[in-house]
Amino acid sequence: MSAVTPLADHYAGVFADLRKALPGRQLPWLEAIRERGMAAFTELGFPTTRNEQWKYTNVRQLTKHTFAPAHGAVRSTLSSGLDQSWLPDLKTHRLAFIDGQYAPELSAPQGLPDGVKLSPLSLALQQSPELLEEHLAHYAHGGANGFAALNEAFMQEGAVLQLADGAVLETPVHLVFVATEHAQPVWQTLRNLIVAGANSQAAVIETYVSAGKSVYLTNTVSETVLGQGARLHHYKLQEEGLEAFHVATHQVHQGRDSDFESHSLSAGARLARNDLNVGLAAEGANCRLYGLYIGGGRQHVDNHTRIDHREPHGTSRELYKGVLGGRARAVFNGQVYVHPHAQRSDAEQSNNNLLLSGDAEVDTKPQLEIYADDVKCSHGATVGQLDENMLYYLRTRGIDEAHARALLTYGFAHDVVERIPLAPIRENVERLLMAQLPHADALDDELVGELT
Amino acid sequence: MAADNQEVAEIVKREYEHGFYTEVDADTVPPGLNEDVIRLISKKKNEPQFMLDWRLKAYRHWLTMRPPNWAKLQIAPIDYQAISYYSAPRSKADGPKSLDEVDPKLLETYEKLGIPLHERAALAGVAVDAVFDSVSVATTFKDKLAKEGIIFCAFSEAVQDHPALIEQYLGSVVPYGDNYFAALNSAVFTDGSFVFIPKGVRCPMELSTYFRINAANTGQFERTLIIAEDQAYVSYLEGCTAPMRDENQLHAAVVELVALEGAEIKYSTVQNWYPGDEEGRGGIYNFVTKRGECRGNDSKISWTQVETGSAITWKYPSCILRGDNSVGAFYSVALSNLCQQADTGTKMIHLGKNTRSTIVSKGISAGRGQNAYRGLVQIGRGADDARNYTQCDSLLMGDRCGAHTFPYMEVKNPTAKVEHEASTSKISEDQLFYCRSRGLSDEDAVSMIVNGFCKQVFRELPMEFAVEAQKLLSVSLEGAVG
Repeated sequence: MSAVTPLADHYAGVFADLRKALPGRQLPWLEAIRERGMAAFTELGFPTTRNEQWKYTNVRQLTKHTFAPAHGAVRSTLSSGLDQSWLPDLKTHRLAFIDGQYAPELSAPQGLPDGVKLSPLSLALQQSPELLEEHLAHYAHGGANGFAALNEAFMQEGAVLQLADGAVLETPVHLVFVATEHAQPVWQTLRNLIVAGANSQAAVIETYVSAGKSVYLTNTVSETVLGQGARLHHYKLQEEGLEAFHVATHQVHQGRDSDFESHSLSAGARLARNDLNVGLAAEGANCRLYGLYIGGGRQHVDNHTRIDHREPHGTSRELYKGVLGGRARAVFNGQVYVHPHAQRSDAEQSNNNLLLSGDAEVDTKPQLEIYADDVKCSHGATVGQLDENMLYYLRTRGIDEAHARALLTYGFAHDVVERIPLAPIRENVERLLMAQLPHADALDDELVGELT
Repeated sequence: MAADNQEVAEIVKREYEHGFYTEVDADTVPPGLNEDVIRLISKKKNEPQFMLDWRLKAYRHWLTMRPPNWAKLQIAPIDYQAISYYSAPRSKADGPKSLDEVDPKLLETYEKLGIPLHERAALAGVAVDAVFDSVSVATTFKDKLAKEGIIFCAFSEAVQDHPALIEQYLGSVVPYGDNYFAALNSAVFTDGSFVFIPKGVRCPMELSTYFRINAANTGQFERTLIIAEDQAYVSYLEGCTAPMRDENQLHAAVVELVALEGAEIKYSTVQNWYPGDEEGRGGIYNFVTKRGECRGNDSKISWTQVETGSAITWKYPSCILRGDNSVGAFYSVALSNLCQQADTGTKMIHLGKNTRSTIVSKGISAGRGQNAYRGLVQIGRGADDARNYTQCDSLLMGDRCGAHTFPYMEVKNPTAKVEHEASTSKISEDQLFYCRSRGLSDEDAVSMIVNGFCKQVFRELPMEFAVEAQKLLSVSLEGAVG
């Protein structure tokens, strides 16, 4: 830990300079959270590979830089290449953030039904501080690691979505986080909160994109609280630039009979780390977690998930798939924890990895910790390349090798993609998948059409 | 089946059967660990200089290390200065030439254990190198083996008679600095077994050693080294029981296997050391480092273990698959009842091309037992077409126990195929109902289902061991049923 002391000092200095400018300084409880976060960071520093949770993810590339908080962004630099990321074919309530600041001119949250409130964090801190005091930083654990601690200290902007009991939001909420070009490495510290009342329903999409090519760090934490019988579909589309570092935590707290479905796509960033933690905190809660990670070049993508079965009759399903080419390295760690008394828990977890090149690497670690006896838990993990028999079969049917490889790779990933219920998102994910596939140009619509 | 179960029911009511203690006048060094103690051990064993140097290197390295704390185990601090590191039965000095000359008290001990040495050895065709405390006292069938050129003797004897082999192979699979307990073992080990199978020889019988911990406060530090030269084959059996005792006893053994080209080593263990009482008092600490290296092409090493005893088990029999086309296997049944904790598994390190490994692990948790599978499958960059299949299943009996799996898979070669499957469940009401409707009692039904659950592993054990293992399992599950 002593090696990080200069960095810790640096960020403590930044914190002292910046804290007056951070939102919510009039709220003593928030000040306390920020101080707690800074203290935790001073103690923890950035994680090292000696930490079991970071065994396969070395953040040395990241800690070589000292990041400054991003502000004063130049908004005109948003390039047109991001069009698809804005999901133009999908009607949404949109909040856009540029370099960690709310961008009202790019947002369109209008038309929300009664009982639904959607606002940027800075505004919510002024308008409904009681709600935030009750929930903010109550679920995600700032002491989990140095990034989570920094997020507590520096949380700057993000979205707050509140659904009253019984509120049903038909149109999805789309949160777009754009990072722009900077001369110096910068960071954006984002914090989202979703509070869904009893029997409410909504879908939330988080999109992370870059509008430039410079080095920056996205440090984002989302917290989701689902009341009794609430239903939430959550999408996370991470398509940041190849110089970006992306560290994210999503903490979900589920009430009785609530239902949570997550779709996570990780395609961008030089180093991406996602922590998705779901607490089934009351009887009969269900969750389904789906993930697809695609890596090429020198990308490093790390997905950590943890599902806590705390009470009886919880069900969890998890499927994560990875496609790795180039010198990419993927890490998967899926933990299922069944607490004592959480009888009749039912958990299934699966992780499959496809290696496309000789230099790609996968480290996977599914994990079960079970302290109750009347449970059904299973997990499976595989790592391999394309099946020679399948390739042979396709070739005997007159499909050339490039086609066959592309088709099989596509088919491998499709298993996860097809579970996305919203068509425009599915198409966007397919577009990102195709961009990473070797021989993707060999795949014509007709073939793919037959497959789907 | 029915007869078996009646017996089980009777055994269940008993206290730990093997809990007795024979008073043998032991030549024991006072507790404590320092370089002088190590020099004393080496001198008492009349070891060549290279052994002493190696021990001291290990000891000095050990001083710089800290005990591992990553396992899912709660270990009370161990006072290494409170352990006596050398204890040899007095009668060793006279050097028994045959079974008749062995201290009758020792023989009595074996009788109580239900393993009459000579009878069993003769009937089962098993050569027994019996370890009583830390010194081997009786070795049988030595002549028969010697005719084949096989060396099977106590480690200390091998140091005297075959120092060149020891110097060449000792620590070549488990280096002295490998881990905390291996380093400690390297510094202070007193005896163990040594097996050498020369080129092209198929060992005509199962080799077997019965370990037994006796004198109070004597940790046992065995060292086993098995070398199979080109095209050789050996099957080695290791089984253990221990007397009842209040204090925790440390057992830190090291086993090294070397398989050269085309060789095969099969290593089977039945471990039934004292697990402690229902409150978790006493019991053996079983911290073992076992590793085999498939050094030559086409070689094969398989580990089979049935772990029912010990208060704490920390054990990961591993295979380094260095030769092309080499094969590693790990079959395990681990049971934790009472307050037992087991953190066990394996490592399969694939380095050669076309290497294959299979892992089948069955964990049973009952009472307040905690059972963890921890395994690593590593495919190196050069290990083209490597293949691994892992299956680990857990069975839970009772709501205060725990079952955990921590499989690590590190794949650096795209041609590898690595599969892992795990499941956790309890015995289903349907299964029990079916058995009961066929007239089986609850206890019989559970015993039958548990044996079925472990069958895949038992099948890998040599016949005599398979029977013993099934019995052990039933006895160890006492009170867990219902």
